[in-house]
Amino acid sequence: MTTVLESLNAGLHEAFAADERVLLLGEDVLDPYGGAFKVSRGLSTGFPGRVLTTPISEAGITGAGIGLALGGYRPVVEIMFGDFVTLALDQLLNAAGKFGWMYDPAVAVPLVLRTPMGGRRGYGPTHSQTLEKHLLGAPGLTVLAPFHLAADEPGRLLRDTILRTGSPVVFIENKLQYLLPLLDSAALAEFEVELVGNPQAPAYRLGLRDAPPPGLTMAAYGYMAELCRQAIPPLAYEQEIFVELIVTTQLAPFELFPVLDSARRTRHLLTVEEGGRSLGWGAEVLAQAAETIPGLKVNRVAALDLPVPASLALEAAVLPDVNAILRAAVEMLH
Amino acid sequence: MCNPFGVFLRGRLLTRRQPTYVIIPPVDDHARLYRMLFLIRRFEETVLAEFKRGVFSGTTHTSLGQEANAVGVISALSPQDAIFSNHRCHGHFLAYGGDLRALFAELMGRATGVGGGRGGSQHLHWRNFYASGIQGGGAAMAVGRALAFRRAGSQNLVTLFIGDGTFGEGLLYEALNLAALWSAPLLIVVEDNRIAQTTPSELALAGSMTGRFSAFGIPCNELDSSDVLEIQAAATGEAAQIRTTGKPRALILHTCRFGPHSKGDDTRPAGEVQRLQAERDPLRIHAPRLAQAERTQLEQEVEAQVQSAFEQALADPFPQLVEGRP
Ligand SMILES: Cc1ncc(C[n+]2csc(CCOP(=O)(O)OP(=O)(O)O)c2C)c(N)n1
Ligand SMILES: [Mg+2]
Repeated sequence: MTTVLESLNAGLHEAFAADERVLLLGEDVLDPYGGAFKVSRGLSTGFPGRVLTTPISEAGITGAGIGLALGGYRPVVEIMFGDFVTLALDQLLNAAGKFGWMYDPAVAVPLVLRTPMGGRRGYGPTHSQTLEKHLLGAPGLTVLAPFHLAADEPGRLLRDTILRTGSPVVFIENKLQYLLPLLDSAALAEFEVELVGNPQAPAYRLGLRDAPPPGLTMAAYGYMAELCRQAIPPLAYEQEIFVELIVTTQLAPFELFPVLDSARRTRHLLTVEEGGRSLGWGAEVLAQAAETIPGLKVNRVAALDLPVPASLALEAAVLPDVNAILRAAVEMLH
Repeated sequence: MCNPFGVFLRGRLLTRRQPTYVIIPPVDDHARLYRMLFLIRRFEETVLAEFKRGVFSGTTHTSLGQEANAVGVISALSPQDAIFSNHRCHGHFLAYGGDLRALFAELMGRATGVGGGRGGSQHLHWRNFYASGIQGGGAAMAVGRALAFRRAGSQNLVTLFIGDGTFGEGLLYEALNLAALWSAPLLIVVEDNRIAQTTPSELALAGSMTGRFSAFGIPCNELDSSDVLEIQAAATGEAAQIRTTGKPRALILHTCRFGPHSKGDDTRPAGEVQRLQAERDPLRIHAPRLAQAERTQLEQEVEAQVQSAFEQALADPFPQLVEGRP
């Protein structure tokens, strides 16, 4: 069975094969190592001269990627851990994201920066964070996070983004999501899945097959979308709570209409994220939903506003799991 | 500070130390160079004067006193080369061939400005020219742009302008490492006016500037001059070396800022600025190379050009925000 990691790796290979302007810059990306999480494995062998292993210089390689993009290339910058994206923030926010607007005529920056976020591996406070909320809302920056569907693979989203984007994209991966097998029709036997919205960066609607009309909308992305999916059957069979899960792949600019459309029907909206609770993705989703849907009942599942601890026991207490989702859903509906 | 290139004599550079290159600029260049020096001078003086009257908004950083750096370096480049400039970018932009009225208009926030009024004084882009207001922010982009030239098999190079104060930014050192490591055709031009906003280099810079480049194996030359011909000769040599070796080089231009850092924030004693103006005015140094009559006529032409560009910009409309993009 194909995993998310294999799919992303295949997507990179396809992008490299399709367009020789695609380049990769990153730390420790040469074979046989192929990057700390192996997403880039095989590229340096398959496409010699197009993979640059770099010094430990996150800002520098992001800037170099922007410069290459200005010069007509389609660079992919791999940041080893999502936590290190803070070092590249100036280049993303003050340069890449602005060039398409503050200059006239607009300057294209076809750069894709990929990086894995997320905890649950005991890596401790500087290697476990979910930091994308700090990137959301920056003008000119698109932030994507793939969903692990076999019918529309994460690798497809990555490949098409690399080949087609004209503006900078941050592609948020997740360390535990890497290991997930893609959800094929067998795995989704009891679910109904529908693609909604822009096929370039779609949202997906998931619910139990032949279930009564849903009474709760869950909104999530990335690895948390998988935990939400796992929560759906027990909520239905044990609590008679029927959930419609909306998984978004485009976090910014905000693509909210599938969430709003669902919440309008269910009148209950629960956001689920691995980032810290305050001032984050869920807060903004709920604010916008509340602005447009009168009487909407809302709740959030998120991490505690603390650094992510190393001890697995402490980490589990800080990061939200399936039980947290179950509890929040029950609390909202009963 | 002595000039490591040697002395400039009747248009000919006599090398004192390691012979690098000898450039004899064509004589008809003198007028062209003077015209550009004078244009930048009058543009900047107009900006400072009119700022007080509220014609311009936001901030501005003039190249008064440093005109010869822009003109000398950029006249030594090819039009296809790329330039990454900084906050003090008006001179670079005009020397690159940027439009005078569009620059006035940009500083006035008009729709006809270089960036339609979105960027303002520090954020100019035209063709292969990029300026932005984050100190050191362009360093790694310049490296990447230079690598793109090399990968595409072109002979072009990238020039990165930085000030002495920008040695404080960490990204610069990442970029120097990458440039040397990956052989980027990059010319780093340091405009060392010995001050950053109000902070003299003694309070901001440990060690030496040249040592910083040599630590990365980037050849570095320095020049203590406000003579456009000397600067042009030095830059021509640097550019030629970069085009043949395909490797980065640095040129430190010791220079003098005549104006305030921005609009009226000069904390230096007035006497100091006057002394610099008396000793190091690029216009006064270059002027005697032109016949008096030619110079007078040229100055009148530029004066009229600046005046008319200013007035046209002043009559230009303000932009409107339409669906997120004017
Ligand atoms: C990252 C950043 N920090 C601070 C500033 C504010 N600032 C603008 S220009 C300047 C001084 C720059 O000095 P230098 O590099 O020597 O250039 P000069 O102004 O002398 O041309 C400062 C501190 C800035 N624009 N960007
Ligand atoms: Mg300075």
